[in-house]
Amino acid sequence: MRERATERERRYEVERDGREPEDERGREAGTTDARTPLVGGSLPRWGPWAVFSGVTAAVAGVLSVLGFNVALLAVASVVLTGAIIYGWARAVEGRRKATDRAITIAVSSAFALALTPLISLLFTVTSRGLARFDVQLFTESMRGVLGEGGGIQHAIVGTLVITGVATAASVPIGIMAAIYLHEYGRGRLKRALTFFVDVMTGIPSIVAGLFAYALFVLIYGPGIRLGVMGAVALSVLMIPIVVRSTEEMLRVVPNGLREASYALGVPKWRTIVKVVLPTSFAGIVSGAMIAVARIIGETAPLLITTGVFNSVNFNPFDGRMENLAVFAYNEYATPGIPNEPYIDRAWAAALTLLLIVMILFFVARLISARFGVKTR
Amino acid sequence: MSTTTDTTAAVSHPRGRQRLGDRIFSGGATAAGITILVLLAGVATFLLIEAWPAITAPAEDIPGGEGLFRFILPLAFATVVSALIGLVVAVPFAIAIALFITHYAPRRLAQSMGYLIDLLAAVPSIVYGLWGVSVLAPASLGVLQWLEGNVGFLPFFEGPVSSTGRTMLVAGVVLAVMILPIITAITREVFLQTPKAHKEAAYALGATRWEMIRMAVLPFGRSAMISGSMLGLGRALGETMAVTIILSASGASIFNLGLISSASNPTIAANIALDFPELSGISVNALIASGLVLFAITLAVNMAARVVINRRREFTGAA
Repeated sequence: MRERATERERRYEVERDGREPEDERGREAGTTDARTPLVGGSLPRWGPWAVFSGVTAAVAGVLSVLGFNVALLAVASVVLTGAIIYGWARAVEGRRKATDRAITIAVSSAFALALTPLISLLFTVTSRGLARFDVQLFTESMRGVLGEGGGIQHAIVGTLVITGVATAASVPIGIMAAIYLHEYGRGRLKRALTFFVDVMTGIPSIVAGLFAYALFVLIYGPGIRLGVMGAVALSVLMIPIVVRSTEEMLRVVPNGLREASYALGVPKWRTIVKVVLPTSFAGIVSGAMIAVARIIGETAPLLITTGVFNSVNFNPFDGRMENLAVFAYNEYATPGIPNEPYIDRAWAAALTLLLIVMILFFVARLISARFGVKTR
Repeated sequence: MSTTTDTTAAVSHPRGRQRLGDRIFSGGATAAGITILVLLAGVATFLLIEAWPAITAPAEDIPGGEGLFRFILPLAFATVVSALIGLVVAVPFAIAIALFITHYAPRRLAQSMGYLIDLLAAVPSIVYGLWGVSVLAPASLGVLQWLEGNVGFLPFFEGPVSSTGRTMLVAGVVLAVMILPIITAITREVFLQTPKAHKEAAYALGATRWEMIRMAVLPFGRSAMISGSMLGLGRALGETMAVTIILSASGASIFNLGLISSASNPTIAANIALDFPELSGISVNALIASGLVLFAITLAVNMAARVVINRRREFTGAA
């Protein structure tokens, strides 16, 4: 890399020499000419923004004649601004700085463009979800409901039960496996486990669902749908996330704490239980909450394992259940006539789900920021 | 750390109880680790068991009537196409976002941006799907028509244009939005780890910010960009609901290159989600067989990505 840098530098010197030979020679000889600028030209600070607002106004003017379109306005003004700034900077500051400015504009606008779908998504879910975001939504199930009315109580119960069972199974296994990886593991088993946990984070959710189905179908026969099947599928997705985040948290526990405990003659397992885990507790909890947030909105695996169900069912070992995501999908995919109440319920369920995920996420962040190990 | 372990063991403790506790605890931890490996092996095994009847069944019993291979191939093709569209769209944006967060944005802003990106990874896919079908699909109609009118001679952009916008191209773009966070998260992490000395050396040579990035940050983060993209690809291959909702077509058995017409093949995952609740008998086994193929594809992609990451880790000594 250094090679390349010096090479670039040399090329730059040559370029500059070619452009302003007198100046260079003058400086080398030590006879500083009064006209020799010590600092290269530079665009004024307000330059880019001024160009941008000017161009935007101009494009808006043109578009208002041709037919207005927000997307076109944004794209056209950014591209034009980029071109103008590049040209201006090239004339005043030289090629390298002009490239730098162009790239800055490109990176920033790519960032802004990537944020657009997200803002649009949040706005859409909120505005469409609010149509049915009322008390009835939370106090009623879909039992016997055709057309308007009805609620998502059964889906909320289903979400809590399925996610709860999955969490109860995944968190202990995940934490213990992480303890193995970080405190005990060595050799081939550790390497294999690290590798396959990483690989497992990439298992498609639908494949996890198929696995749960394939497992239970051997016991119960074809066509079986149970809440616990969904929990098994979700566990497959959740365990690797818990292992990863827990391991990360064990890593930030200072080794001095462990050594102090060993020095007092405390055995290793008590050191882990009494020193390591309490120190990293906040981080582990927040990691587990983020894992829950990641799986609570799963649709595909539950669609094929827990099925679709309109009444409240608390028992994961008996009959079908439905979570919020499956409910939203089902209302959307197979609406009745007229379809508005169904679509509205789908959006309301999606909004509820999004709120749950965001709350879980922010509480998790809060916990780790408040009580976590201070790494720096 | 292992040395300290050894010393504790060597200290003349009254052995017995502590040793027992240690053995139980480490045994439990090891068992949990092995459980995970067994689980992963179980996924492959049970899928294979349930897929077996379809693998051995006569061709005419498989949906489509032309055998398992002809049943899965168009689906696998559509899966790869949609994931590749997602990848091609997402990677430049993800790298731009990662660069913006690490090197362009003010530091205070950068941290909250990082949180925002993490949050996005947790937005349920059903929400992306609903958004895609009700906002992006209608909004894309103008672009789709323009594509047909101006580059319609390419086989991908052959008409007739879908009137709803529920096309492969739109599904691919939604997939791009969905995998953006994961690629961004991985590249951002590594861009942040770029050795300060490299960056300052570049600046000291008079490099502009972009030249510094090109000389120091991008070479350092190259393997992260590759592996992040592959993880994103794995995610896109297996993503179900967005494609299910947007395409909402099942069981096509012809190859279809068109990205903007309404007659698109579903992906493997979408096909399973659409058909599984309705079907029974050998068709279910055929769907599970297609799931097995999906599992194999994503496993291969993910393993390759991890190998790239791990190789870099050994190389640079980064944690």
